[in-house]
Amino acid sequence: MPDLAANKKRPLWYNLSPLSLPLPGLVSILHRVSGALLFLGLVWFLFLLDMSLSSDAGFARFRGYVGHPLVKLSLLGFLWAYLHHFCAGIRYLFMDLDKGVDLDTTRKTSYAVLAVSLVLTAVIGAKLW
Amino acid sequence: MVKRVIVGAHYGLRDWLAQRVTAVVMAIYTLIFVLLLFVSRPITYTSWKALLSQGWIRFATFLFVTSILIHAWIGMRDIWMDYVRHTGLRLVLEVATILLLVGCAGWAMQIIWRV
Repeated sequence: MPDLAANKKRPLWYNLSPLSLPLPGLVSILHRVSGALLFLGLVWFLFLLDMSLSSDAGFARFRGYVGHPLVKLSLLGFLWAYLHHFCAGIRYLFMDLDKGVDLDTTRKTSYAVLAVSLVLTAVIGAKLW
Repeated sequence: MVKRVIVGAHYGLRDWLAQRVTAVVMAIYTLIFVLLLFVSRPITYTSWKALLSQGWIRFATFLFVTSILIHAWIGMRDIWMDYVRHTGLRLVLEVATILLLVGCAGWAMQIIWRV
């Protein structure tokens, strides 16, 4: 007979606020935040893709629309979200394969994820602005 | 003695694996697509349309969209499970997530196949 009482106590929620967040933890929560952002942006991305592929006039409308500073700024934010999610995701795939799981390496790779995604966002953003 | 409470058939392993497989599919698609953008530089409607209407790109885009569907579902379900404690509200959010994702996948396919 399985212990049903133990089952009822799950899931557990801990109050983690007294702890300071280490760098790999920052990458982790940003991975979640960027993923949620991309999910929320999904309908808008499809709207943009639909407009750009609708017709010649639609493509012109699309170019005008993404030329608006506010739209550009939002796209820049989503670009960061995609890049961060991409880089952090590749880091996690390596960790799943048991590569780079020691403390020193995880700190270095989480720093690299943060830096690479921010720098790439700045470079691509500057090129497209 | 290890006291393990059996709560499911596979402890979420299938979803865990699906999330990783779809991640790899999307990463490869992203790299190929960025490379294609660099090579073909589709700045006109005709060239943009020509890029996306190639048979193998449609095939790849279909895989990409399906991967988003599965990957985003697992990710969003994890978020709802972690932060929404009210069972009824969580169910509503999960169902809304599925409906939105399936609808978006259908819309994406319509956009890609119409071109």
